[in-house]
Amino acid sequence: MESENTPARKTLWGLAVIAVLVYALFPVVWIISLSLKTPESIGDGSFLPTHWTTSNYSAVFNTDFFPPALRNSIGIALITTLLALAFASAAAYAITRLDFPGKTLILAGALAVTMFPAISIVGGLYNVWRNVGLFDTWPGLILPYLTFSLPLCIYILSAFFREIPWDLEKAAQMDGATPLQAFRRVILPLAMPGVFTAGILAFIAAWNDFLYANVLTTSNAARTAPVAMAYFTGASQFQQPAGAIAAGAVVVTVPILIMVLIFQRRIVSGLTAGAVKG
Amino acid sequence: MATVAGTPATAPVAAPPKSHGLTERARAERKLGLMLVMPSVVVMILVAGFPILYAIWLSLHRADLRFPNLTAWIGLDNYISVLSSHTWWSDFFNTVIITVFSVALELVLGLLIAEAMYRALYARTWIRVAVLVPYGAVTVVSAFAWSLAFNPATGFATQWLGLTTPPLTTRAGSFAVIILSDVWKTTPFISLLMLGALALVPEDLYKAAKVDGATAWQRFWRITIPLIKPALAIAVLFRVLDAFRIYDSVYIITNGSNNTASVSLLGYQVLIGRLDLGLGSAIAVLIFLCVCIIAVVFFRFLGASPQRR
Repeated sequence: MESENTPARKTLWGLAVIAVLVYALFPVVWIISLSLKTPESIGDGSFLPTHWTTSNYSAVFNTDFFPPALRNSIGIALITTLLALAFASAAAYAITRLDFPGKTLILAGALAVTMFPAISIVGGLYNVWRNVGLFDTWPGLILPYLTFSLPLCIYILSAFFREIPWDLEKAAQMDGATPLQAFRRVILPLAMPGVFTAGILAFIAAWNDFLYANVLTTSNAARTAPVAMAYFTGASQFQQPAGAIAAGAVVVTVPILIMVLIFQRRIVSGLTAGAVKG
Repeated sequence: MATVAGTPATAPVAAPPKSHGLTERARAERKLGLMLVMPSVVVMILVAGFPILYAIWLSLHRADLRFPNLTAWIGLDNYISVLSSHTWWSDFFNTVIITVFSVALELVLGLLIAEAMYRALYARTWIRVAVLVPYGAVTVVSAFAWSLAFNPATGFATQWLGLTTPPLTTRAGSFAVIILSDVWKTTPFISLLMLGALALVPEDLYKAAKVDGATAWQRFWRITIPLIKPALAIAVLFRVLDAFRIYDSVYIITNGSNNTASVSLLGYQVLIGRLDLGLGSAIAVLIFLCVCIIAVVFFRFLGASPQRR
């Protein structure tokens, strides 16, 4: 398209870029702005705050339920990610490297599981969890989170593992490396980017869940941050909790923003690994 | 998604000729393979397969947690109650509206954004970072951001747009905010998939078409669309299934008021609000069947098979 880069065209695509940036960041800027408004100015209809305050943030962190919810969210999403990676790495290695029956069935099954509606799973879990003591516990959320993070990781890791030149392992062994050395020094560094990418996407998915957490938790023991945010609404009948909700929303979004900033390349490659390259 | 059928055959190198059945080595490999996939398979069966079967079992029973002693087999009665209720069909219709409008808007917008990202000459990294923000944002946050923006008591949108009736007090307005929230959050996913597909379209094709006098519009419909169709079909399938299961944003934005409840929200209200596990499970199973039907239709008729290539 070199010949087409006329000034008019450049301006056009420049404007398109600005439009995309505005589209993507507008609601985020809005919720940050709302979180910085004083309670009196929250209804003034302005986009940016006219009177600034950080009191909404201190209010959020002074509630007895938001800080524990944030801890639960972080812990549950991290453990889910690590478990999914451990199980999925083993499965993806076997699927791409070893010859055994049922491979297609496992991949088709994993794909089917990603399509299961959470609402169809959660009712049964609700009843079973209450009877086996998993209701309102971390494992009680981690287990259902594996239903979406495992298939996700299996697919991404299989796509990545397929690209690894596995012959290098043998070459290293011929050069005198032990199998463990060959794995650690040669294969592991090649596999890590894929594992990392799958982990980020699994974490984002677990961090995002609302339905399972809303049904399967009831107290500070396991309630996650998105659910806790919904609880601000009923906090007081007379005072608008919008400032607190907005502050909570910003706090929940910050970790994701940081991850996106640092790992944007990996996230894009992960999202497109399965779907486009095939 | 990734290849299923086309898994490269990793035949053991220099396998000794097979004497009877499997060689020692092949048998060991088979055992190791099964061992490595076992944890994943067990987890998926336990927390996804079993609950679905349990939901089917519950749906065939009177199973109301408020009256546990009355639990009994009642056959298809729960399904008859659901399918003959006005609420189910109304919420089903709501879900279809949300799905159709969301996915249609996401497709158009997603393609436009992908094209802008593809043609962008500078700030490529920043666009990518920006586009990933909605993807990473929690659905509940998106729902709150949009509903607070359109609430006259907290937001700016009604004033900016000069709306006389607050949108969240009407049915159409509520749908619009729900769809807007969903479109904002999930369009980046589609545009990133489209971007990957656009990059695979050979630039020479466009040049040749241009030489032959094809307009930009013709080039888009005759070259771009046919070549990115497989990626497009898969993206649409995943988005349709996702949108059909919509729950988070409806719960936050309207909680079903103004007749905007989705089927997932209805399932939640019956299962958890009324603690009627039998009736709620019948709704859950019906939603599961809808999702199966959507998937089968896509695989069969639109060629959105993740198992191709």
